[in-house]
Amino acid sequence: MLRQVEGSKAVADAVAACAPEVICAYPISPQTHIVEGLSALVKDGSLKNCEFINVESEFAAMSVAIGASATGARTYTATASQGLLYMIEAVYNASGLGLPIVMTVANRAIGGPINIWNDHSDSMSQRDCGWLQLYAENNQEAVDLHIQAFRIAEEMSIPVMVCMDGFILTHAYEQVDIPTREEVKTFLPPFTPRQHLDPADPVSIGAMVGPESFTEVKYLAHQRMIDSLRKVQEVADDFERHFGRKTGGQLRSYRTEGADTVVLALGSVIGTLKDVVDELQLDGHSIGLVGLTSFRPFPFHALAEALKGAKRVVILEKAFSTGTGGIVTQDVVRAIEGMGIKDFTVIAGLGGRPITIASLREYLTNAMQENVERITFLDLETETIEKELSKERALR
Amino acid sequence: MDKPYAITLSVGSSLANHTGSWRVEHPEYVNRMPPCNKACPAGENVQNWLYIAEDGSYEQAWRELIKENPFPAIMGRVCYHPCQTACNRSFLDEAVGINSVERFLGDHALEKGWKIDPPEHETGLAVLVIGAGPAGLSAAYQLRRMGHQVVVRDATHQPGGMMRYGIPKYRLPREVLDAEINRIKEMGVIFQLNTRVDDVHDALEEGFDAVFMAIGAQLSKRTYIPAGESARILDAISVLHHFEDGQTPMLGRKVVIYGGGNTAMDVARTAKRLGAEEAIIVYRRTRDKAPANDQEIEEALEEGILIKWLSTVKYMGEDDMMIEKMALDEKGFPQPTGEFETLEADSLILALGQEVDFSLLGNNVDLDVKSGVMDVDTNMMTTHPGIFAGGDMVEGDRTVTTSVGHGKKAAKYIDAWLRQTKVEAKEEKDAVAFEDLNTWYYTDAPHAVRERLAATRRVYDFSEVVQGLDESTALYEARRCMSCGNCFECDNCFGVCPDNAIKKLGPGWGYEIDLDYCKGCGICVSECPASAIEMVSDL
Amino acid sequence: MSTTQIKFYQVGSFAVGNRLLREDERSVQSDPERTNALTSGHRACQGCGEALGARYALDAAMRATNDQLIAVNATGCLEVFSTPYPESSWRVAWLHSLFGNAPAVATGVAAALKAKGNHTTRVVAQGGDGATVDIGFGALSGMFERNDDVLYICYDNEAYMNTGVQRSGATPPAARTATTQAVGAKPGNVFGQGKYLPKIAMAHDIPYVATATIADLRDLEAKVERAMTMHGSRYLHVLVPCPLGWGSASCDTIKIARLATQSGLFPVFEAINGEVVASSKIRKKVSVEEYLKLQTRYSHLFSPQRNDEVIDHLQRIADKNIERYELMGE
Repeated sequence: MLRQVEGSKAVADAVAACAPEVICAYPISPQTHIVEGLSALVKDGSLKNCEFINVESEFAAMSVAIGASATGARTYTATASQGLLYMIEAVYNASGLGLPIVMTVANRAIGGPINIWNDHSDSMSQRDCGWLQLYAENNQEAVDLHIQAFRIAEEMSIPVMVCMDGFILTHAYEQVDIPTREEVKTFLPPFTPRQHLDPADPVSIGAMVGPESFTEVKYLAHQRMIDSLRKVQEVADDFERHFGRKTGGQLRSYRTEGADTVVLALGSVIGTLKDVVDELQLDGHSIGLVGLTSFRPFPFHALAEALKGAKRVVILEKAFSTGTGGIVTQDVVRAIEGMGIKDFTVIAGLGGRPITIASLREYLTNAMQENVERITFLDLETETIEKELSKERALR
Repeated sequence: MDKPYAITLSVGSSLANHTGSWRVEHPEYVNRMPPCNKACPAGENVQNWLYIAEDGSYEQAWRELIKENPFPAIMGRVCYHPCQTACNRSFLDEAVGINSVERFLGDHALEKGWKIDPPEHETGLAVLVIGAGPAGLSAAYQLRRMGHQVVVRDATHQPGGMMRYGIPKYRLPREVLDAEINRIKEMGVIFQLNTRVDDVHDALEEGFDAVFMAIGAQLSKRTYIPAGESARILDAISVLHHFEDGQTPMLGRKVVIYGGGNTAMDVARTAKRLGAEEAIIVYRRTRDKAPANDQEIEEALEEGILIKWLSTVKYMGEDDMMIEKMALDEKGFPQPTGEFETLEADSLILALGQEVDFSLLGNNVDLDVKSGVMDVDTNMMTTHPGIFAGGDMVEGDRTVTTSVGHGKKAAKYIDAWLRQTKVEAKEEKDAVAFEDLNTWYYTDAPHAVRERLAATRRVYDFSEVVQGLDESTALYEARRCMSCGNCFECDNCFGVCPDNAIKKLGPGWGYEIDLDYCKGCGICVSECPASAIEMVSDL
Repeated sequence: MSTTQIKFYQVGSFAVGNRLLREDERSVQSDPERTNALTSGHRACQGCGEALGARYALDAAMRATNDQLIAVNATGCLEVFSTPYPESSWRVAWLHSLFGNAPAVATGVAAALKAKGNHTTRVVAQGGDGATVDIGFGALSGMFERNDDVLYICYDNEAYMNTGVQRSGATPPAARTATTQAVGAKPGNVFGQGKYLPKIAMAHDIPYVATATIADLRDLEAKVERAMTMHGSRYLHVLVPCPLGWGSASCDTIKIARLATQSGLFPVFEAINGEVVASSKIRKKVSVEEYLKLQTRYSHLFSPQRNDEVIDHLQRIADKNIERYELMGE
């Protein structure tokens, strides 16, 4: 049933429909509305057999999740930005222990300077943490990805981050179809943990592993991540069979047939880009779009397929690696290696700066001519930069 | 359960890691010498029988006890218990009342009528024991247990020696004495009473394979005392002996006893019970120098007996006497002061010690006497092969317990001599010191006091002065034992090992060190209350 | 006092067991069928107090819960020496996550059990003093404040032993550690204000707070057992001497714990709902010196010359404890 709801509320309801047993959270904008919604559902009894724990930090949030998941409970938490960074040690631990926790990251910039608005710096910083990262294009996909995430996580024994743009999605009211508990049941079986803490069949979880086996442990994690690429697609396909919607999966191409230029992006900006691509195509430009849902695992093969025939790829990123450039770009470059496709990176929307159609049109128009730098910061205030740079350099 | 590789492990899998290889030393359970055992003149394994008694196995405890000493009921009354003096518990609170537990076991055995098993086989060898005192009876008992035929001869008409003729019945009731001697009779020991042995050599010719002489020291020592014609001067041994045989000696209303030993106390207390209004002990030295047991002095004083310390008897008249005060010189010896005192006295009893009557040696010179006692070697054998001696007639403390010890020791060597074997020398072990114990684990539990009759009541009759303990009190007392040097299964080692390297084998079986895992930290040794574990080098 | 006082003279309630005691009067450790929650083959140093404390506590918890127990462990010696791949010394369901998060992980375990309607399985979290008073302090306070149904046990050996004996918030004044060396004008650890976690725990008004040592097994077991009769957050702080870090003989581990209590430096007490209700009385009072001189971490107080000022200061701390926790008997 379609409902006009806030993205956070939609996600809260979707998570509740997955019948989590333990939810723990520490408040941080823009994640707050999601966990507020869930706490209300637990409190008013509509989400039964579920413990909602208000913890004292994100580090504790992930730690509670670890304990709960290791005990065989379906476990959920949500965070953003500094919160994600504060829990990093536990984030790595959760994946290291193979605990299928699902976590929403309401994407937000990382300080300092402190900034509460959206970009992807937070989740991108966790590129290597061993979690799956699925990026939602819109609130419907955010809802669907959470339902898919539990199944992928539990079938693979790997935790999953569902990344949705802070404010842009979390606080946006859209029409969304939220599957009911009964509907989700048919898609998401009860959680059967690979291992759990059981006094009747005790095990010791969390051993210290030395040089003689550490590489093997890590290699297995790597293979599990690679194997999960297929699972991401399978689950998306099965979801489509159940719910009739094509959401999730590894990536989705938009009007890329015969396109010389393909833009690649993650998250809500895909919606804007679709409009820009539509407009540019109307103007006769050969341009298409690939929306990347699964950043981790990275779909090298699917991406190479999607970009086959293109002359250039423009990667739009809401985060970057200081001193190097695009983060996603590094993986894209590897995916298209030897295909003769040129790559350009545009860094946009940092700290919540609006990514306007006008700016995108202007940039892409130049990019299609390869009349741009390999890396461009969209709408950069060059005058300020030049002034500040010369000041700084003079001081050195 | 399916376990992810390496990060999840099977429980208890570390048993594969044998940490014993880290070790350079390991603990071993030992049996060390408890001070009570070491101090016991009769060689009782005190710690062991207390241990057995602690769980209420009284018969087993009694049987363990009588392996060394056939007279627990007697011991529990007359032994001056050097074991208690040595007891390490005295440094903690008070010594364990070993003597009272021994008496309880002895009395309990008499009550239950427990018998001593006859020997398993007869050796066909015969031993003559001369003297039915504690040494003779102890030897007879041990020799009989070994399967030898034993004949005990005594000049008197009742067995017991000084236990009967030296110790008054308020200290040792005769039914107790008779019962414990009777048990020895029932083993098949032949008693020939009223049979004086005039020459020990004749006995060997009678066909005995060995002889044990234990005739005691029956002659009272005398001293010259100027006396009036009708002065009544008696000797303590005769007084006690005659009284035991039913002849009440004429002592008068005021009796003075000269001497500071146990016999002096005994005879003074006996005189009081026979109706003397006043019994005064005169002793030339101070109380701390008096050879009498402190408890006996205390009980005598309680019963109203006066003691004139640092005094000597100068003259004895018909109904009075004179004593001279003494003073200690710089060396601590008493010296006359020239200060005199007259006391009313109807009789003077001399209790100045006893001497051995060597008349039974006959005229043969092959038996040596040295410093007034029989000369025996470390095997208790005299200079004549096959003739052994012990008790008061050889060197040593003249106590019942020492005599029992002599009898036991002599029996062991007589047996070896008869069999032409050697007694294996026991290693002289140091007693466990208080400092060796970890006394933290012993809770404070004060000594259970044996009741004594009120002094006013006891001077009117010969009722036993010191009462026994009831079972629960005896058990309490037994459990106060700290088991010095010997495991008593407190589970400390089993509990305190950080490596679970000690196996508990179950009641009576103790523990075992699991050397696969013992890292040799030594905590079990430190925390053993009884000092019954030692570290031993692995290098 | 929480100890079961057993009327027994030869050995009182201080020994592990005794053949003369009734089965139900014996300690858990005296039972040949005890769990051995931490079993042989672990790699703790010789004479490790923490290994002992952990087995004491968890075996007691296993008995109290009818073996329905899950243990969460902070990073530290206890974790490292018990679970190096491929061998685990644990015989209970056990989870190690991180250094600073054991209380929160335990909260998660308890929440999962509750959500699943499992009311019989109980949760214990354990860690060293660093994990407890320093890096995991926030998580522990959060657990206390929410009154989550977990018994948290701190094995206090007064420094970061696993990393090589560095100072922790629980390191006592004047003690030498690798980061408070016995050099300079004021050798050893600073005389700060201290960070005494039992009192901080009590300030949370949680149902049960107690201290214990490995020197009084029966008291420790009784406290674990009592804690297990309660629900909500419970805190047990156990002193576990470390031969390596304290510079003491491996055979003296229990003795040193005993001297810590008998000097008054380590008060043994229990508190219910934030109020002290009982303390273990000192049986054989000793000066702090007797405790200090067995440990090389304090050797600078005695040589090259005796430092009376510091020793007196430590004695005053002990005396204050004696007064505050009423450690002397009537």
